[in-house]
Amino acid sequence: MSRAARFKLGVIKRTVELTIDGVAVEVPEGATILDACNKLGIVTPTLCYLSTLTPVNACRVCVVEVEKARVLAPACSRKVEPGMVVHTDSERVRHSRRMVFELLSSSVDMSLVSGEVKGWIDSYGSDAARYGPPAPPAKVGERDARHAGHHHAVDGSVAETVAQPVKIDNDLYVRDYSRCILCYKCVEACGEDAQNTFAIAVAGRGFDARIATEFDAPLTDSACVYCGNCIGVCPTGALMPKSEYDLRQQGRWDEARQTVTQTVCSFCGVGCNLDLTVQDNAIVRVDSPLEHSVTHGHLCIKGRFGFQHVQNLPD
Amino acid sequence: MFGAGGGTSSYQEIEDTDLIILWGSNARETHPIFFHHVLKGVHQGARLYAIDPRRTSTSQWADGWLGVDVGSDIALANGIAREIIAAGLENRAFIDHATENFEEYARMVEPYTLEMTARCTGVPAPAIRELAHAYARADRAQICWTLGITEHHNAADNVFALINLALLCGHVGRYGSGVNPLRGQNNVQGGGDMGAIPNKLPGFKNVEDDAERARFESVWSCTIPPQNGWHLSQMFEAMERGDLRTLYVIGENPADSEADAPHARKLLEGLDHLVVQDIFLTNTARMADVVFPAAADWCEYEGTVTNSERRVQRVRKALEPPGEARPDLEIIWELARRLGNDWGEPGAERAWDELRSLSAMHTGMSYERLDAMGGIQWPCPDENHPGSPFLHGRLWEEPRGGPPAPFTPVEFVAPLDELNAEFPIRLTTGRRLDSYNTGVQTGGYSSPMRKKESLFLCPEDAERLGFAEGERVQVSSRRGSIEAPVAIESSLRPGLAFMTVHSAGEVDTNVLTSDAWDKKSGTADFKATAIRVERIAAERGARHEVAAAGTSH
Repeated sequence: MSRAARFKLGVIKRTVELTIDGVAVEVPEGATILDACNKLGIVTPTLCYLSTLTPVNACRVCVVEVEKARVLAPACSRKVEPGMVVHTDSERVRHSRRMVFELLSSSVDMSLVSGEVKGWIDSYGSDAARYGPPAPPAKVGERDARHAGHHHAVDGSVAETVAQPVKIDNDLYVRDYSRCILCYKCVEACGEDAQNTFAIAVAGRGFDARIATEFDAPLTDSACVYCGNCIGVCPTGALMPKSEYDLRQQGRWDEARQTVTQTVCSFCGVGCNLDLTVQDNAIVRVDSPLEHSVTHGHLCIKGRFGFQHVQNLPD
Repeated sequence: MFGAGGGTSSYQEIEDTDLIILWGSNARETHPIFFHHVLKGVHQGARLYAIDPRRTSTSQWADGWLGVDVGSDIALANGIAREIIAAGLENRAFIDHATENFEEYARMVEPYTLEMTARCTGVPAPAIRELAHAYARADRAQICWTLGITEHHNAADNVFALINLALLCGHVGRYGSGVNPLRGQNNVQGGGDMGAIPNKLPGFKNVEDDAERARFESVWSCTIPPQNGWHLSQMFEAMERGDLRTLYVIGENPADSEADAPHARKLLEGLDHLVVQDIFLTNTARMADVVFPAAADWCEYEGTVTNSERRVQRVRKALEPPGEARPDLEIIWELARRLGNDWGEPGAERAWDELRSLSAMHTGMSYERLDAMGGIQWPCPDENHPGSPFLHGRLWEEPRGGPPAPFTPVEFVAPLDELNAEFPIRLTTGRRLDSYNTGVQTGGYSSPMRKKESLFLCPEDAERLGFAEGERVQVSSRRGSIEAPVAIESSLRPGLAFMTVHSAGEVDTNVLTSDAWDKKSGTADFKATAIRVERIAAERGARHEVAAAGTSH
């Protein structure tokens, strides 16, 4: 990157004017269509987008129609241009978004996505059932062993899924890839956008693509440093603290009995903000606020998992 | 520095700078989220230099690693300065405008040629030259340090040596340039700001300043002793002399955390009366006459803490404390009441508002504003003030605001615990990513990365001494001797050993560490211990082998 481009200070930006759904809007150059939609209050569904991560354009659920463009454009990463005319609610956009939600819902367990995402799935008329009943789940390790190009033929009687057993190989967090929509957020948070540990990447191609450690090694043999920043960005509950997973398995996870309190981690002098989720006077999950200038939502192993000392009480 | 004891810069500036020096700091493991900001800077093109005796995980991200010999940091800093001056790269305009005492400083560093500095520090001359030129030529540059600078017998001088470099190049007082100590605990900064140091009142006012003391006395309705108090090292000396007979310890575990631990434990045992207030029954608490069970204030009470960028932030109550545990503030309040001083209803916000009335740099920080703004960086003198992302901008003002910033020439003094034929290996101590200090808080969770407390040696030393991984050996210093398993770590160099202090129960590292401490700051020297490593005496070793054989099938 050139020196000049690095200095963000005092950089004067021009504004760009464009039209979205017939309304003129002015945003700074370099802004995305999503930024412009947000300015107008137009709700745009997103799955793989997060303000703290580099857009990867993986999910295609934020696509919009740009006049004179051949294909739909992902709003989260497409930069605005002067005079651009954008449609966010055309039949073509609605159809495309519905297909994305429908294909994901038919192949992935979306039961733990946020209420906002569930609302989008419904409002776009997604009908996952029309692909037939789900195929039986894969056995342990089967999906991890698939090689690119080795597909079995399908007969269309059942819906292919990514269902497989939950990976539990340490006491801190679990990986339930039956819930993985391959949004890449965990890969980005583990990689250059935050943690820079690079313990995971997308392996395989097409429907066999999956998040994997090197050679599918257990986390305990991988580069993972258990910061849990992948959990923090996961939108579907595929990555989850063991404390939350265990309570859910026991049927005791109860959001109605939970509080979330923001405080500051005690383990060094950086001053990371913690959102403590507490149920029955016990910390059951730790996150960090995305918008805070200290953490940008990220923590280390001590901050995210090192809370047992306040609740390992003798009976 | 220059009258305010805090880092000069914001984390955001670490992302926006051109050159970052992490000196005696393994931030990748000890300040991981600060290191996220460093990595953003690196990805945006900033150069990173790591100065550390160990080739740490931090060093692995650096453009240059300067593997300095333990305790030779002043020689390195002076050598860098000498090279900058010799090459004519000092910021003459800034020096003339904003500093004083430069001539004396230049004379003092003159003998530190690249060759001499290389001899004192073990760092090759070309690496010293490269860093000197890179730092001096950078538009913006940051020096950040941790305990590798401050846990030495000459801690304050080490810090002066680094600040001198910043003054020499004008790398302070501007956005993107600064000098920053990375604090080890969530309120090290706040504790100092609040006057929890023996020569200061809240807001860095001097205890020995009569006018300031009078101001505090009028609000506190009491008489403040007019002389500076004792810091921790002086307290232990006073215990030794018999001048200190009663000790009230709050949230500290000196029986494990003090260097030369057996000596510290003996002094604690000899007290007439020991009161310990802690969230755990620590080894210190076990020795106490009275224990006040305390709440974990970070999640069981209200208050504020201040981080390494001077950001005051709120901690809040998320849990009910267990059993009879009470918040520190309420214990102190109750103690005062029983001693005949009724302070009324205890309250964190009440205490804070009183502080705001006395410390001008906190006056603008109401709880309401702290909540709304995600914390505020001091100084913040009034409720319309946005807080201060960086300090000492006054040095660049025309005309300059306030007095000039002085160079403080400091000479290199080798570690007091000397290496010789009897104790030929340098032991240094530190922390791991998943553990914290004496381990009382982090011992309780199940980290898949946790390493056994061991004596870490480089492969060359292990081979030369004939030790295999896992073999238990005798480690001795001038103060004591312990057994520990050997572990091999390639981040070390011949002659350099490493231990952590996370589990005194497993390996009591601080039996070995040096009893030297810094006369200016009171900081103990945990970083430079001379040791020897030996095979455990044959008879006992044989017994170990039998025991191992008995359990191995």
